[in-house]
Amino acid sequence: MSLRSPGRVAYVNARLLDPASGLDQTGALLADGEHIVEVHPGAFTAPEDAEIIDCQGACLAPGLVDMRVQLREPGEEHKESMRSAGQAAVAGGITSMVCLPNTNPPMDDEATLEFVARRARLAGLAKVYCYGACTKGLRGEDLAELGIMAEAGALAFTDGVKAIANAQMMRRVLAYAATFDLLVMQHPEEPTLAGGVMNAGDLATRMGLSGIPREAEIILLERDLRLVAMTGGRYHAAHISTGESVALIRRAKDQGLRVSCDTAPFYFALNELAVGDYRTFAKLSPPLRGESDRRAIIEGLKDGVIDAIASDHSPQDQDTKRLPFAQAAFGAVGLETLLSISLELHHNGHLSLLEVLKRLTVAPAGLLGLDAGRLRPGGKADLLVFDPYRAGKVDATRFLSKSKNSPFDDRPVQGRVLRTVVDGRTVFPANG
Amino acid sequence: MSAILFPEYTHRHLLGIEGLVPVEVTALLDRAEIYANRNRSANKVSDEMRGRTVINLFFENSTRTRTSFELAARRLGADVINMQVGSSSVAKGETLIDTAVTLNAMHPDVLVVRHAESGAAALLAQKVNCAVINAGDGAHEHPTQALLDALTIRRRKGRLGGLDVAICGDVLHSRVARSNIHLLTLMGARVRVVGPRPLIPSGIGELGVDIFHDMREGLRGVDIVMMLRIQMERMQGNFIPSVREYFRYFGLDREKLALAKPDALIMHPGPMNRGVEIDSDVADDFERSVIREQVEMGVAVRMAVLEVLSGNLASMETA
Repeated sequence: MSLRSPGRVAYVNARLLDPASGLDQTGALLADGEHIVEVHPGAFTAPEDAEIIDCQGACLAPGLVDMRVQLREPGEEHKESMRSAGQAAVAGGITSMVCLPNTNPPMDDEATLEFVARRARLAGLAKVYCYGACTKGLRGEDLAELGIMAEAGALAFTDGVKAIANAQMMRRVLAYAATFDLLVMQHPEEPTLAGGVMNAGDLATRMGLSGIPREAEIILLERDLRLVAMTGGRYHAAHISTGESVALIRRAKDQGLRVSCDTAPFYFALNELAVGDYRTFAKLSPPLRGESDRRAIIEGLKDGVIDAIASDHSPQDQDTKRLPFAQAAFGAVGLETLLSISLELHHNGHLSLLEVLKRLTVAPAGLLGLDAGRLRPGGKADLLVFDPYRAGKVDATRFLSKSKNSPFDDRPVQGRVLRTVVDGRTVFPANG
Repeated sequence: MSAILFPEYTHRHLLGIEGLVPVEVTALLDRAEIYANRNRSANKVSDEMRGRTVINLFFENSTRTRTSFELAARRLGADVINMQVGSSSVAKGETLIDTAVTLNAMHPDVLVVRHAESGAAALLAQKVNCAVINAGDGAHEHPTQALLDALTIRRRKGRLGGLDVAICGDVLHSRVARSNIHLLTLMGARVRVVGPRPLIPSGIGELGVDIFHDMREGLRGVDIVMMLRIQMERMQGNFIPSVREYFRYFGLDREKLALAKPDALIMHPGPMNRGVEIDSDVADDFERSVIREQVEMGVAVRMAVLEVLSGNLASMETA
């Protein structure tokens, strides 16, 4: 991969897809160096000095913005390094990823944030942005320096995979963050109810596994929405997994609260049956729910209550997954399957292609205040060329991520990333 | 009842600013003005309160306020007893009333009360025959502080009405802020409160103030910058992340102060946390900082309040 300026590049013969403007038309896109110069539907004559890339009718869309990725660097580089995460991201069409602060040490001060930013620049693949911790050490006890971290580049704030359980603490986090108009993202799961290992219900009972009731999510979400109303904060519920959560967010939005949410492909593409045979790769947090919840999540995506889709990439090595179900770690990788699994929403007739892309690009970028996720002259040339109809099969052994813990392994899918461009440079395929 | 000595202020006690009317505030300030001038002369002592007994009943430590009241009472010729009472965490109400009944039996004329609980001074006032001055109750009121602040402003600016005043910092826990909001809005000043959301109490807008969470916006064009003391123990934990973050966004320094009017006054009820809510460079600016003058006016205001209340007491006794 070259860091040399790519000069003028014309992507011709493409199906231009821009969810921000609603553009879905054959045409061309001209980039110069790092920036998009022209988005040109219809016939296009490329400048003579431009390098021509013939998309051969494939889709050209903004690069994906993944708003929920767990990095393992610093601290657990054997599971994922900045470089391997970057390679996996661009292989999945992701040009910007936003990382949770649950590294080791956690990102609860400007020094750690700056370290991660520097390491990400060295990797030079997908752009890496970070959340700052809401509380020091992610312990849920003392407010972290939100203002200073925001100045150091933190896009929003969260305690990552831990809920802020103490109501008074959450109230103060929301109020303090609102002082600076900062977004707070919650992992909505009441920890004293969430002591189990899979969705509570008859399946868990038959398998002899302890259950996490849906109410763990619903109760915390309900509480948080009251606190949002009280404090005037900006709140984002991460990876919602139940129908009631969708209803709660819908009501909060109707009330005019500044609330948003996302879900992950696991929660609309799988249900708790994926856990069958004690498959630890399907052990997720929140757990995979029943079929009615899966359908409700799809409905939430269809009517726009769920703003965004995030990979919820959570790399785990063999040592933490090849264990009896109850002892195995939560989480699954997701960078390389984000697009193909999300496209199922289109192939199954739930959402248009533009609607799917919207939840993967401009919507998360908008929530986090990132100038990304759209095809805009003057904007950065972060692009994705993909064929939404090319059939294939998920093969975890070919993942570029260091960890291979995917519940989608062997799943037939439709949709393949052909080229990923970051700041005008083709970063996938690497030799492109 | 015979004629009251100070017809402009007819109350038996001074428990708070809320509920006073402008003429009462003006009367107290005018009286204090006389003492402020007299305190600068060689002849400071008089006998307006000769034969009177003032008890400083402090359930909460405060050397400054107690000394100020003590000096004020002595300069008026009163006998002063200082009682430092340890504040028990259990059965506070009961202890307070017991203390009040005991003290009442000793026939004091004025009780100056400071207590960590809001409403304590008012409760005590119901149980005694003497005059009660609230010298700070919880997060409720500190009326003599507001009066001394008003006197300081009035002497510098010539008026209170029409001024823009920013009260900045830990408004949530501040009795100084509440008393000042009541007094300044009553006298026609426009008041804004400035601070991080967790330190701005809900519903404060109902007191007639504007709310700012961005200090630079909050200070823009104001005549008076009134900083509040932030208690260090509250810096840790839940309200705000750290001293350095607080100072960066809500500490008064030259750069933020530049947004206020060029002749804006800097005030602070003391004691100051330098480098936390205020930069030393600003606190010690002799041109604009009136923090020492506030201390000076404190004695004058307390003399005025003591004199007016004991005068009213005399009228009531002869009634």
